[in-house]
Amino acid sequence: MQGIDRSTMDSSRRHALRAGVGLGVFGLLATLGLLPKSAWAGVDRKVFEAKSLKEAFQAMGGLAPVDSNLINLDVPETAENGAMVPVTVESRFPRTEQIAILVEKNPTALVENLTIADGTEGYISTRIKMAQTSSVIALVKADGKFYKAVKEVKVTAGGC
Amino acid sequence: MSNPTKMRATVTNGVTEVRALLQHEMETGRRKDESGKLVPACYITDFKAQHNGRTVLEGQFGTSVSKNPLLVFRFKGGKAGDKLAFSWTDNRGEKRTDEVTIG
Repeated sequence: MQGIDRSTMDSSRRHALRAGVGLGVFGLLATLGLLPKSAWAGVDRKVFEAKSLKEAFQAMGGLAPVDSNLINLDVPETAENGAMVPVTVESRFPRTEQIAILVEKNPTALVENLTIADGTEGYISTRIKMAQTSSVIALVKADGKFYKAVKEVKVTAGGC
Repeated sequence: MSNPTKMRATVTNGVTEVRALLQHEMETGRRKDESGKLVPACYITDFKAQHNGRTVLEGQFGTSVSKNPLLVFRFKGGKAGDKLAFSWTDNRGEKRTDEVTIG
């Protein structure tokens, strides 16, 4: 049991280091939490430059978000207009701290990041741009851990 | 000059639902105009919603949020007649704050 845990940890550390290099020194510092956060709390702006999902997850501190059925991600199966794709995320975790929406195949993966205050529901409904058919990911932080829900959206006309 | 955020906030059973439609072009910096020139990036980077001075929701946008961003969210503690303030700032430093009365 312990052996398995250790190997998982080592591999996530390697991923974290690799992502740090990918994002440059800023990314690495942000990953390590050494950079000041943007004026209004949340993630460092550099996270929005992450090209891949992996880079974005790691820069946000969620090295390996776990799939959870406590997150309801509502997206259309097919979007005729990629410039305006409705997305609703509902987290049923009792203490949802953060909700982020990501699109795997957009030029930059992170679309928006929300900090949920005490007394605010783990719910957001919004509209996003999608360049092409892709997975849409709802990333949720609850009790200090990261969880996700993933759905594919077919895009007939890209809007990025 | 930017335009006011269109908002509606209604309280039902102690939960206030806010529907905010931010008025912004949300240019990605990757789109070309008719003459083939890149249109410079211009998008909201940060927003904040406050009820009686307490932040109920805040967040950051990248360039992939749709033009005239929509946000629907819900919080506890609001009463009819209370004010909800919504502020945003964009990558060029333009800022605005608008208020709505919870109904």
